[in-house]
Amino acid sequence: MTILKRQSMSISRKEAFFGYLFISPWVIGFIVFTIGPMLASFYYSFTNYNMAATPKWVGIDNYVHLLTTDPLFWKSLQVTLYYAVLALPLGLILSFIVAILLNQKIPFVNVWRTIYFLPSVIAGVGVTLLWVRIFNPRVGMLTPILAWFGIKAPNFLQDSNWIVPALVMMGLWGIGGGMIIYLAGLQGVPTDMYDAAKVDGANVFQRFLYVTLPMTTPVIFYNLVMDLISTFQYFTTVYVATGGTGGPNRASLFYNLYLYQNAFKYNEMGYASSMAWVLFIIVVSLTLLVFRSSTAWVYYEGQLRGRG
Amino acid sequence: MQTNNSKPFHNSPIRRFFNGIKGHELILNVITTFMLGAGSIFIITPFLYMLSTSLKDINQLRSNPLAFIPTESKMANIAGKDEPLYTVIIDGVKNELALVKNLTEGKGIFVDPADPSVQQTLVIKEQKELRVTEIHWENYPEALTSVPFDRYIMNTLLVTFVTMIGMLFSCSLVAYGFSRFRAPWLNVLFLVLLSTIMLPGQVRMIPMYVFFQKIGWVDTFLPLLVPAFFANAYDVFLLRQFIMTIPLEMDDAARIDGANPLQILLYVILPQSRPAIIAVSIFHFLWAWNDFYEPLIYLHSRSNWTVAIGLQTFDALYTVNTHLIMAASLVMIIPPIALFFLAQKVFTQGVVFSGVK
Repeated sequence: MTILKRQSMSISRKEAFFGYLFISPWVIGFIVFTIGPMLASFYYSFTNYNMAATPKWVGIDNYVHLLTTDPLFWKSLQVTLYYAVLALPLGLILSFIVAILLNQKIPFVNVWRTIYFLPSVIAGVGVTLLWVRIFNPRVGMLTPILAWFGIKAPNFLQDSNWIVPALVMMGLWGIGGGMIIYLAGLQGVPTDMYDAAKVDGANVFQRFLYVTLPMTTPVIFYNLVMDLISTFQYFTTVYVATGGTGGPNRASLFYNLYLYQNAFKYNEMGYASSMAWVLFIIVVSLTLLVFRSSTAWVYYEGQLRGRG
Repeated sequence: MQTNNSKPFHNSPIRRFFNGIKGHELILNVITTFMLGAGSIFIITPFLYMLSTSLKDINQLRSNPLAFIPTESKMANIAGKDEPLYTVIIDGVKNELALVKNLTEGKGIFVDPADPSVQQTLVIKEQKELRVTEIHWENYPEALTSVPFDRYIMNTLLVTFVTMIGMLFSCSLVAYGFSRFRAPWLNVLFLVLLSTIMLPGQVRMIPMYVFFQKIGWVDTFLPLLVPAFFANAYDVFLLRQFIMTIPLEMDDAARIDGANPLQILLYVILPQSRPAIIAVSIFHFLWAWNDFYEPLIYLHSRSNWTVAIGLQTFDALYTVNTHLIMAASLVMIIPPIALFFLAQKVFTQGVVFSGVK
């Protein structure tokens, strides 16, 4: 009896040992490349640090300066939120609509899916350069196309009123990434639910409202959180489109771009670190807000089953 | 209502589709197809513009950015000068005449190239300019050799594949650890791992840069390569979700045969996880190929640049040469597109087994 017990102890110990051993690459990486840098970054955020000299402790000066006397901080926050307010709902609704359309039994559905998904796999510098040219009033295609409809196109990327909407439009071209996740969610809705609704006499719109929508709220929630986080990381597109300036007239000075400028252009590592921590707090609070609100509007099938 | 008489189409997808479908569903599907078609114009047109622009020269582009096929005025040599040709109808007969001089009030002097001495004064707008297709394939070699793109491509492939090996190696170990072993705190650690997906990279970026600077790694590939060998949350999660679906009985069978945990990973789990490994490799390729931020901050000298950085800098240098920029950009997006078409199924599957829903 005791031998058996000791043996089973050692087996579970052995199992635990191997478990820890196999995850050790991540644990080491987490300590060296995440926890360590995060602590250092937190420390830097209270210092004046330009990499040449040792960090000089300045207390909460960076944060005070950031929140009270740096107009560009507020500008960059405003630009980012403006983009988020335009791009998140538009992207969410459009990619959801496209996913619903692509979930119908129509001919050549795979061809349609391929077309809509394609732009999202090539996101990067090449695509941004393409859109910069499309918006260009001299060589681009948007200006003459709008002229057909009698619309005089603005110089999108050189106009401080138009650059953010233009970037939103670029982003909408790549909705395929969100769309494919919605599609997976829609395909996970059991067909017998639709059949049951049909038997009860629900029409197309009622089936959407009372079956499709509630059943896909977890996916909408997931996409919303991910989009929210990525909006605050928005960088490559605006860097390439404006040559890293955030122009014209700082109308596209996104938060992450301004942080990059502080760190790698002005060499203000301490100040940039405090920006990073403000960003961290914003992202965490917004994510928590979405999580908290999710109990009101996200429906998890398993949850209900558990209660019932 | 529906019959199967129309033989030529009886096996086409459209035919099969129309059979046995109700009227109002048909209408809904027509509307659906119509909406998808309209939306796809927005998706496809930029690609066409890119392809077409990359084959034009700067004058063709400026004169008509919307022309899909690059054309040029057809020219004729009149007295040592190239003059544009027009189709002119005189007394019901079509003639090819060259415009040699512009006059006032939109008129011009036209001559017959065969006999330049006979001059006609006609309204230019009423004549049709002759255009010939003129495709500038040479844009591609010109764009790709004006800056060392071959070097950039080699660098990008090096970074992409070394990080892919590091990612596969570390992530499969870690995913195996998180899916097949019970140990105190393992679940908590897994939640910590998941939460790092949402962590904004900026809060660790600056000290990492400082650290790599201090040990002399800035402007080498090492800051991009080394972290890849320590697993990342996204790929671990995907692999772990897949490994969870492999029956435990397979592990037990191997264990009874005397396999140790590492052998079980190598000979049971990894071969079974092939679809997941292919999926994360593809996602990784796309990510690494398009990555811009890290190469931007770490790779300073030109000889170390990746395609993303090289292309951005190329754009800054050659801004006015839109045709060359488009040619280089098109080359840059070919590998992801090719990969996408080769492995289309993986993209949809990848999302399904990530357990997002």
